[in-house]
Amino acid sequence: MTSTVPRTGTVRLAAESVSLAYDDRVVVRELDLQLTDGSFTAIVGPNGCGKSTLLRALGRLLRPVGGQVLLDGRAISRTPTREVARVLGLLPQTPVAPEGLTVGDLVARGRHPHQSWLQQWSRDDEAAVSEALTWTDMADLADRPVDELSGGQRQRAWISMALAQGTDLLLLDEPTTYLDLSHQIDVLELVARLHTERGRTVVVVLHDLNLAARYAQRLVAMDDGRLVASGAPEEVLTEQLLADAFDLEARIVPDPVAGTPMVVPVRRLR
Amino acid sequence: MRLAYLAVSPREPLVSSSTDAALRRHGPGGPGGAEGTAPQRGGLLQQRRTRLLGLLLLLVLVTVAATLSIAVGSRSIGLGAVWQALTDPGVPTEETVIVRELRVPRTALGLAVGLALGVAGALAQGHTRNPLGDPGLLGVTAGASLGVVLAIHLLGIGTPAGYVWFAFAGALLGTVLVFALGSAGRGGATPVTLALAGAALSALFYALVRAVLVSDTDSLDAFRFWVVGALAGRGADVAWQVAPFLLAGLLLALVNAPALDLLGLGEDVARGLGQRVWLARLVGLAAVTLLCGAATAACGPIAFVGLVVPHVVRAFTGPAHRWLVPCSGLLGAALLLLADVVGRVVVRPGELQVGIVLALVGAPFFVALIRRRRLAGP
Repeated sequence: MTSTVPRTGTVRLAAESVSLAYDDRVVVRELDLQLTDGSFTAIVGPNGCGKSTLLRALGRLLRPVGGQVLLDGRAISRTPTREVARVLGLLPQTPVAPEGLTVGDLVARGRHPHQSWLQQWSRDDEAAVSEALTWTDMADLADRPVDELSGGQRQRAWISMALAQGTDLLLLDEPTTYLDLSHQIDVLELVARLHTERGRTVVVVLHDLNLAARYAQRLVAMDDGRLVASGAPEEVLTEQLLADAFDLEARIVPDPVAGTPMVVPVRRLR
Repeated sequence: MRLAYLAVSPREPLVSSSTDAALRRHGPGGPGGAEGTAPQRGGLLQQRRTRLLGLLLLLVLVTVAATLSIAVGSRSIGLGAVWQALTDPGVPTEETVIVRELRVPRTALGLAVGLALGVAGALAQGHTRNPLGDPGLLGVTAGASLGVVLAIHLLGIGTPAGYVWFAFAGALLGTVLVFALGSAGRGGATPVTLALAGAALSALFYALVRAVLVSDTDSLDAFRFWVVGALAGRGADVAWQVAPFLLAGLLLALVNAPALDLLGLGEDVARGLGQRVWLARLVGLAAVTLLCGAATAACGPIAFVGLVVPHVVRAFTGPAHRWLVPCSGLLGAALLLLADVVGRVVVRPGELQVGIVLALVGAPFFVALIRRRRLAGP
């Protein structure tokens, strides 16, 4: 189903020996990671392994205490915020829209990096917003307040905003949190289409290993602030890795639908 | 168990079915057809119409309030006489003197202060992402109060024109400390840390104020007339003193409004969309300090305008700060002038201070608003 070979080999986003800390508590230690153009990567790992922290650093929300993050070969911390925002879009975990904000207005705010004091709202903005709404199937809900939508629709609205932002790269932190399984699939389908149909380079933090294996071309597994495995889902999702990183005894069987590796948990180790 | 269930589920392959569905929806020509944009545009038009209508109503309301404020008082002056006083530079009569020397400066001050408080309220609520936020939450009012008390107690200053600089300095000190404390932690200045720092510093400042007042009866006497909040007894000199600060604050507020739309989505999203968060916070806090500091310096602390006005305005502007901020200013001006007029009428021949009127009207109104919008609910 998925190709493990990136369409081109250009590295768009890279972590070079990155260490991340909150105050004195080091969360990620000297981690190296390269994300190539057109790839779809899922970062997985147990709770508290630092995967969301790593994503924040990749998205310039957190400044590394050691090493650096490079966006298109340039240190991201020295690139102006707005310039980054034209290339790299990000969605934090369960973002909250202000009360009464309509879907259309939310998506329109995604155009901010393309606007200036002289050029507040252009034809390009208008076109990008209506295209994003249509593409995510949200056009009919454009006038509805975001806070009145269901969880799945809400996540679609935010993804629509990220689409309207028009960035080559897209970082998503657990976009399926609090969604039931069918809406998890719905959101991940949408993200996968952003990758295949719109050519976005996608990095997503996911909890569900089976869904990560099904949708991503490449898995990056983390444990205790370190990168422990990286590669195609078949290479990364091994019984040994689950035992080491997740303290989980599990069997790996092929997913009967997609053929990707599927984790069948047996019991928690320790 | 959940995962095992998925594996044996007899569903069709999810990936291909959805792709087919997408193709069916968009047709071979790809997405972006015109039919999808129609409903959005209709909604946008309607929203724009509502906002323009609201803006128009507000302008009418401000005009009416200003006219009333000039015409109504312990001595009522007919509209014809008001017009004559404003336009005819002929021989001054008693009425033209009242209009020119008392009512017009008082109305102008009310307009400016109401505008400032409304705008400052919209900014404060936006920056703290707190619907109950008002400029007092950011330590401005408490700082100004401390400044005035110290001016009275230590320097024996006894006129509003004399207080102004001290109130302003206190307000500035208050917000600078709140911003410094609020951004000291790991995540910088967030809505929560700002509100907490504001609450803590306000408590401290008010304790100092009380400490002075308890020990000094003369200060208490002077201070209690300042602290209720009033337009009366402030001449044109006070208005001119604070005007530059109000103007600067208004400009900064307008610059800050678009950034607030992004900050409303959360700091991470705002930064992801290219907003420099610390800069927006700094500009916003500077605007609140200038506006609220100047207003408080001129008229004393006036509650409820900054708190209530943005809620009312939001009903027709929605959460878009480009509209919310200026419209809050207009409603603030109208509300303050009307409250001042009411205060002149209800206890004739005396006057009720505008701060008291606003609290009397504002408190029940605000409770009703909270109940209706279920802000207080779980």
